Amino acid sequence: MQPVKTQILELTPQLNFAHNFLTLENVAKVYPTPKGSYTVLENVNLSVKEGEFICLIGHSGCGKTTLLNMVSGFTHPTTGSVSLQGKPIKEPGPDRMVVFQNYTLLPWLTVFDNIYLAVDAVHPNKLEAEKRAIVREHLALVGLSEAAEKKPPQISGGMKQRVSIARALAIRPQVLILDEPFGALDAITKEELQEELLNIWNEHRCTVLMITHDIDEALFLADRLVMMTNGPAATIGEIVTIPFPRPRDRDRIMEDPQYYDLRNYALDFLYNRFAHDDAA
Amino acid sequence: MTVSTKVRPTRSNSRNSVVNFWQKHKDNILPPLFGIAGFLILWEIFSLFPGVRLPGPSSLWTDERTRTLLLYPFYDRGGLDKGLFWQTMASLGRVAQGYSLAALVGISMGILVGTKPLVNKALDPIFQFLRMVAPLAWVPIALVALQQNQPAAIFVIFITAIWPILINTAEGVRQIPQDYINVQRVLKLSKQKFFFKILLPSALPYIFTGLRIGIGLAWLAIIAAEIVMSGIVGIGFFIWDAYQQNYVSEIILAVIYIGAVGLILDRAIAYLQKLILPGE
Repeated sequence: MQPVKTQILELTPQLNFAHNFLTLENVAKVYPTPKGSYTVLENVNLSVKEGEFICLIGHSGCGKTTLLNMVSGFTHPTTGSVSLQGKPIKEPGPDRMVVFQNYTLLPWLTVFDNIYLAVDAVHPNKLEAEKRAIVREHLALVGLSEAAEKKPPQISGGMKQRVSIARALAIRPQVLILDEPFGALDAITKEELQEELLNIWNEHRCTVLMITHDIDEALFLADRLVMMTNGPAATIGEIVTIPFPRPRDRDRIMEDPQYYDLRNYALDFLYNRFAHDDAA
Repeated sequence: MTVSTKVRPTRSNSRNSVVNFWQKHKDNILPPLFGIAGFLILWEIFSLFPGVRLPGPSSLWTDERTRTLLLYPFYDRGGLDKGLFWQTMASLGRVAQGYSLAALVGISMGILVGTKPLVNKALDPIFQFLRMVAPLAWVPIALVALQQNQPAAIFVIFITAIWPILINTAEGVRQIPQDYINVQRVLKLSKQKFFFKILLPSALPYIFTGLRIGIGLAWLAIIAAEIVMSGIVGIGFFIWDAYQQNYVSEIILAVIYIGAVGLILDRAIAYLQKLILPGE
């Protein structure tokens, strides 16, 4: 393994929450089980600035999804607090829209109607023509204008994920939460969608929290990479700042010597320092 | 599906299509024909044994009264003396009323029970108990409670057909995938939107399963109910009347009507299901 270049690594947690947009403070999640309590997450501290792109990486079972679910409001921390703009998060809401792992499109509605349902729910008072225009705009954004009248079972996985992203963006969330959005896609579709997501994010600049298993994906997309230790009682092991200038170009980044240092550092973290315990 | 060998285009087209059809479907046509013919022949032989009072299938034609019924299903000499078409229609009319009521109440109650666990806990024991009561056992209760043949018959249909509809609907509502519930929660969909866009379409396959079991039971029940309720136009009472007067071949003809109508009802619901749920 390469020696670590400390100047590009920023060791957090910084406990300066005052000016931050999204904060997790001393968060722990404990599930009661018949065999006693099971700690999923412990002592998690993270502060995210508005418009920041954060990727979370870690072995399966380390509580990444639990962490995101606390931001989206589907679960609550046992101790500690999660707050957005100073207000504690109590329940799910469209200001923190989720792109779910398995798309969660309604199969009986067309692509258009799936997005329209979300737009209509968030803007009940807008005119129908306005709402339809928003849907069309976001379908065009993900390049799916032609598939508007198709139903989800008729389109490919990549297209479904595009619809899911368009649905999420159409309601202009403050935080966009993506749980391994490209995990089930083939490599080429995956790269296309990564670039699309990045382009859209460049234009709209919402705050993004994204779980991934793919270090290259994280290095291409994220401002900061949050690396989790193994569960049970997982926590944030390290946060690496990814310094590449934006807009990013995949080929240029991959020629950057820093890319391999960062990549090796992350790999070392995942496969040596916190290698996956098979028993877990 | 098997693909037939291609016939050369030099042959005449109409002949080819007949040959093709036969080639493709003979495996589906011949076995049931042999089965039915074999059954009828065995039955005819059985009826020829000395001491057997059951007439063979040929009696449908050889018995004069039965031949009249077979050839003139539409005759109407007033009172109870009507052709089998009218007898069947009278029974079907009762089934339509009782079954519609069962569908309406069954689906509404099913949704209530499926969405409200507390209501389910309160009512489930009653449902489980009542659904075990045979249709015939309801007849005296219905006659005492409603005092007239017609409403009593409709009630018996209703109480027989409602259980599979109710129980399947409730199950369908309980089985709504968590993914769709999550969509509802994050978008904060209104109750009305949730009902029409998620709950109903998601439970629809289960509802149809219930409706299809229900129509079969309703048809079984009306025959049983009419046999007990004397003096009404209907295929069930027709059988009872024929039995009293020892016209056995008339009973056989009526039974053929009953089987055919039951089959048509079942197919009709299946067709409706296909029409409304094309993807299933």
